[in-house]
Amino acid sequence: MKLNRRSFIKSAAAGSAIATAGALFPGISFAHWQKQEGASGQITWQKAPCRFCGTGCGVLVGVSGDRAVAVKGDPNCSVNKGLCCVKGYHSVQALYGKDRLTKAKIRKGNKMVEVPIKEALDVIAAKMKETIKKHGKDSVSMYGSGQWTIPDGYVASKLFKGCIGTNNVEANARLCMASAVTGFLTSFGSDEPMGCYEDIEHADVFVTWGNNMAEMHPVLFSRMLASRKRKKDVTIIDFATRTTRTSQAADKSILFKPNTDLAVANAICYEIIRNKWVNWDFVKKHTTFHKGKTNIGYGTEDHFKFKDAPEDISFNEYKEFLEDYTPEKVERISGVSAKDIKYMASLYGDPKKKCTSFWCMGMNQHVRGTWINNLVYNIHLLTGKISTPGNSPFSLTGQPSACGTVREVGTLTHKLPYGVVMNEKARKKAAKIWNVPVSNIDPKPTYHTVEMFRALDRGDIRFMWIQVTNPMITMPNLNRYRNGALKDDRFIVVSDVYPTPTTDVADVILPATMWVEQEGMFGNSERRTQHFDRIVPGPGETMSDTWQIIEVARRLGFKKQFPWSKKDYIGKIWEEYRRFHDHPKHNMAPYTLLKERSGVQWPFVNGKETRWRFNAKYDPACKPGSKFDFYGKKDGKAWIWARPYESAAESPDNEYNFWLNTGRVIEHWHTGSMTRRVPILNAAMPESYVEINPEDAMDLGVVNGEKVKIISRRGSVTMKASINGRGVPPRGQVFVPFFDESYKINEVTLDAFCPISKQPDYKKCAVRLEKA
Amino acid sequence: MPILSYLALPQTGGLKQLCNDLDGLEYCEIIPSLNEEVVVLVTDTPDLKAEKNLQKTLKELPSLQSLSMTFGHNAEQ
Repeated sequence: MKLNRRSFIKSAAAGSAIATAGALFPGISFAHWQKQEGASGQITWQKAPCRFCGTGCGVLVGVSGDRAVAVKGDPNCSVNKGLCCVKGYHSVQALYGKDRLTKAKIRKGNKMVEVPIKEALDVIAAKMKETIKKHGKDSVSMYGSGQWTIPDGYVASKLFKGCIGTNNVEANARLCMASAVTGFLTSFGSDEPMGCYEDIEHADVFVTWGNNMAEMHPVLFSRMLASRKRKKDVTIIDFATRTTRTSQAADKSILFKPNTDLAVANAICYEIIRNKWVNWDFVKKHTTFHKGKTNIGYGTEDHFKFKDAPEDISFNEYKEFLEDYTPEKVERISGVSAKDIKYMASLYGDPKKKCTSFWCMGMNQHVRGTWINNLVYNIHLLTGKISTPGNSPFSLTGQPSACGTVREVGTLTHKLPYGVVMNEKARKKAAKIWNVPVSNIDPKPTYHTVEMFRALDRGDIRFMWIQVTNPMITMPNLNRYRNGALKDDRFIVVSDVYPTPTTDVADVILPATMWVEQEGMFGNSERRTQHFDRIVPGPGETMSDTWQIIEVARRLGFKKQFPWSKKDYIGKIWEEYRRFHDHPKHNMAPYTLLKERSGVQWPFVNGKETRWRFNAKYDPACKPGSKFDFYGKKDGKAWIWARPYESAAESPDNEYNFWLNTGRVIEHWHTGSMTRRVPILNAAMPESYVEINPEDAMDLGVVNGEKVKIISRRGSVTMKASINGRGVPPRGQVFVPFFDESYKINEVTLDAFCPISKQPDYKKCAVRLEKA
Repeated sequence: MPILSYLALPQTGGLKQLCNDLDGLEYCEIIPSLNEEVVVLVTDTPDLKAEKNLQKTLKELPSLQSLSMTFGHNAEQ
């Protein structure tokens, strides 16, 4: 035992040094780390995808007895090839926080009282029945997450959409990925990236669009830096609104004014056409041109509705539209010099260079998120740099299963596991697989996330079950939605692993198992489904989110639809779910194969994974005889969109004279409810802060570490200033990480969203600063 | 006795030499970075005498530019 303990301490010592190195040298790689451990033979290792971001790194979890004691990168996983970031290396420690929720609790008066979990499940089912009887089926709702496992989301959708008959199912991926989805659908008719991470080794040029990959996707960023080192002639451009660690590692950092990426993307297309860099063979065969509505609003009012009306246009009309976006004109809008715009265009336009564009929240949390996705696709489509190795417009996900659970299972109000609720064929298919009458599935979507919380505030929704997410930190314009959740006659159930500001508003708290305490699957950014076993037991009365839903479903009378046993329910659920995708465009791997491998990419056809979709050389779903087939569209052609530059919902003015941008840091996962319980990560980044430009700080009379009050029309937060820290915003902008529940920055942000995707813009609102 | 970890930085361009030197020392395990001039050093000494001797050897290592401690644990505590 002594040897084992000593070995564990040495592992922790090495992990600590690696964490420190990660903070000092962004993108640093320690591929031989795995050789450090396991020599004692007393730790057994089992594969799993990492619990945190959407990269989907494979990890090996070291188990001693019934406790997870160590983590190392999985060398057999093609995603990370043995690497991990600081969060990954310390992920198992997140299982063992001192205040782990291990028992169910029910609100009795002003107190939360521990009860047996069976009693809590009885109360939930009874309350749902009562609410539906009193207020109708659309008064109950489920709010989940891109951290739901695939079975979690699947049973939630089946219960609410198939059995209860309400489309009140949403997930927090609406807050992080919805614009990527609508971008893919409007440009290609089919969701999720056409490329894969192998593009990183093939590309000559990388442009990170508002994407601080060095902190948010550090392992992929390491691969990018390693490729640059190996190939020599690789160029990395960081195109962003503030200087970050990504900018520091890039070959060139180009800063733009908030929201003007729309104008710059159009200017790049203008230059591509002007310089005759258009790949006409590709454009003529595989694209068509379109425009949609303009001045489309911001959704800040309740019951906001928007429906686009696409029209066909000619290439010449598109070219004429771009006349408003000459580099010189766009320089005045964006602050990006015409020279830099021409430089970016020349990289994309060079037929000898393979180009990959990466983006994440910067483009997706954007009041014109769908548009900016479309516009970056335009660049790749005009140059024909798409769906081939190294040529990839690549939307990265933030959560481990935003793709797998939310986008593929369809845990959004309008979606079904296959197709949308509005489509009769899709409803019939779902009803057949779910063993429910087709009339159960409502053809009308109800509320997207922001509107769902508005409905809770208004009283249109009376019951909400929240799993694996922390909306009382993450909802924009938070004060309104927290007050709504606390109103009389609202009933909130929260399933989670630790106390959070969301469990604070709960009427029932269910203790959930976490990550490898249950069996499940995640789906990462590159269409890779990753299975993990139950590797260690959960503490106390913890129960998987999937099984919690099954228990409630049975209490509601849906035993026939939820017949599985605890022994094998995950495999059974997966095989049922897989029937929805039983076609060559989306076929998923069988359960037995998922258990064997460190992830399998879909479409999985004839025993093979598809690396590049829409390219007949790699994708068997393409029409025979075609070179490229964008089969999501009826005519097999991708859409190039004329989308204009429009301003943000709220811009600085005389009263509120700064832009506020919010985001994440490398040490913490989202709201920090897990990573803040990992001592090393918490010590490395114990407190949130506001990044201020040094000259603005001087004007305010604030030095590093002094308190600053950030005030918007909705709320205020007082926190320490960070001047010339790891990120530096330009003058007139500030940046605040949202991981720290002590500083609820979303009380300040605005609940404006992209009218097409309904994804809120957390990157732009107006604030003023005061020295506190 | 103590288990310690450090970030070890080599003299300019001397990563390979530093790795060789550290790897040859008793009670030392190293994890070199693949893409930066940094080595993780984990030391595990059996007694105080060995720890003191190792500290002295490390201080005199010509290929070593600096050593920053990142973790300390005394197994006797």
